[in-house]
Amino acid sequence: MTDRMEAVAKLRTGISGFDEMALGGLPEGRPTIVTGTTGSGKTLLAVQFLAEGVRQFDQPGVLVTFEETPSAIRRNVASLGFDIAGWEEMGKWAFVDASRGESEEQVEVGAYDFGALVSRIDHAVERIGAKRLSIDSLEAIFSRFADSGSVRRQLFEVAAAVNNMGVTSVITAERAHDHDGISRFGVEEFVADNVVILRNVLEQEKRRRTVEILKLRGAPHRSGEFSFAIDPEAGLTVIPFSLVELQQVASSIRVSAGNAELDLMCGGGLYRDSVTFVSGATGTGKTLLANHFAAAGVTAGERCVLFSFEESRDQLFRNASSWGFDLDAMERSGRLQIVCDYPEVASLDDHFILIRQRIDAFKPSRLAIDNLSALERISTPRGLRDFVVGLAAFLRREEITCLFTSATATLSGGGSATEANISSLADTIILLRYVEVAGDVRRAVAVLKARGSAHDHRILEFRIDGDGMHIGQPFRHLAGILSGTPTLLSAADLAQVTRTLVLEDEEAR
Amino acid sequence: MARLVSEITSYSFRIYVTGETTRSWQAVANLHRLCEDQLAGRYEMEVVDVVERPELAEQERIIATPTVVRQAPPPTRRVVGDLSDLRLTAVSLGLPDPGSA
Repeated sequence: MTDRMEAVAKLRTGISGFDEMALGGLPEGRPTIVTGTTGSGKTLLAVQFLAEGVRQFDQPGVLVTFEETPSAIRRNVASLGFDIAGWEEMGKWAFVDASRGESEEQVEVGAYDFGALVSRIDHAVERIGAKRLSIDSLEAIFSRFADSGSVRRQLFEVAAAVNNMGVTSVITAERAHDHDGISRFGVEEFVADNVVILRNVLEQEKRRRTVEILKLRGAPHRSGEFSFAIDPEAGLTVIPFSLVELQQVASSIRVSAGNAELDLMCGGGLYRDSVTFVSGATGTGKTLLANHFAAAGVTAGERCVLFSFEESRDQLFRNASSWGFDLDAMERSGRLQIVCDYPEVASLDDHFILIRQRIDAFKPSRLAIDNLSALERISTPRGLRDFVVGLAAFLRREEITCLFTSATATLSGGGSATEANISSLADTIILLRYVEVAGDVRRAVAVLKARGSAHDHRILEFRIDGDGMHIGQPFRHLAGILSGTPTLLSAADLAQVTRTLVLEDEEAR
Repeated sequence: MARLVSEITSYSFRIYVTGETTRSWQAVANLHRLCEDQLAGRYEMEVVDVVERPELAEQERIIATPTVVRQAPPPTRRVVGDLSDLRLTAVSLGLPDPGSA
């Protein structure tokens, strides 16, 4: 087993995210079957596999096309920046046009083989010295010939010939269903070693594209489905949700959350590569904390980007100025970028790409998203979790401090789908709560968790005024704040609790 | 009228084969026999080995071998296979009915 695994050399495809998922790429010199339903992105993958080869690795490629004509393919992918005609002139790209022309009716009389097809492929591969080959889609050949039994036998020969050409190839095949069975004509039989499945599924009314590697010639690869997007500029992009390598070099450098008292509660600030999660009902001060967080970065001379999925620019700026933050000036300083978008403008996968592009271009030290719950509207819980896992892993690797806010469904108490799903990923969890005290609504803040820190376990009251957030004294006389139903402790209870706390403090020393 | 046209029509065939295989030989022999029987003196026949001339196969988008293409008279007709059934081959290639000649 080990020998075999070592024997499989991988060829980097150059398709964003795919190689991480395939732990290096596709088995070199071997064919890989890519199956999927209509519209799942098979043709794009086949074409992009060759295009990235030419663009990134100077590896010439041959595209055998059965369904679309070469001119249609040249035209369709021009928007992705694939200059196929130019590559053809340079001898980096060759078509084997097996598309069916008009008026090419044919009659079968007696036995035949696909020797002409093999010769043409062989010729094209030789002519440009191809390293890569895509066949889209081999099984289209079944619709041209009456005797599918004979076609099947002959395809074995084609597959064997392709295998002997020494090129790394992608062969697409159609599936009738996203989740069961094999391809329509069982093309996996011919190239059984390596199988990739593309899916385009409806899940809770949201469309989700995924890619799964079923097997890779006994070579290691990531299992399970990964989301991918078809980016108008980058083409097929596998979202490395949860497959970004977790580099366990935890930073010991602390940065300010933007409020001195809050920093104290968190045990001296936030770790630079940490993920902080702020949860609270509407109006408890989540956006305020995001403002504090961003402003602290700007003050420290760091670059910061704030994504607002809940409020318009105008709303955001007006609220910020009521707390004493001049976002306008911060933006003009060039250290803050504010992105206000409706979640609905793009799919979650596309938002992920947009965020990454923004990070790549701006290289911030801090990132805040206000708020994740708004993204729930365009996603499933599983999708959102993948999104946060992937984003958090990416941000951690880049040592970008991040703060995500999330809205609780009810005004008092806590708990939301978002939280249940993703709070375990957070290094720090800050809860903001309304507390009803003798007919007054007050606000409470608690640090529920601060990984690697001795954080404050008390629930403290805070106020909001024209200078932002001010944290004050603990609510010692109340119990049940977190659950949303605070009750007043009796004098006796309070005394008992205080004694216990004092004793614990002494024991701790 | 039909007879008149067929008498002045000359035929042109190109047959694509892969190397010197039995199947290739059979197809060429069958086509040759058919042409001699029914089109003696007024046909051309070119044999193309796709291993040697892949670019010609590319031009015509030939996938299977053997493939016969009737290039003239128009319209183009194609027959794939070893042509073992002569009658069916003749009909498919639109050869004149030998009974009426």
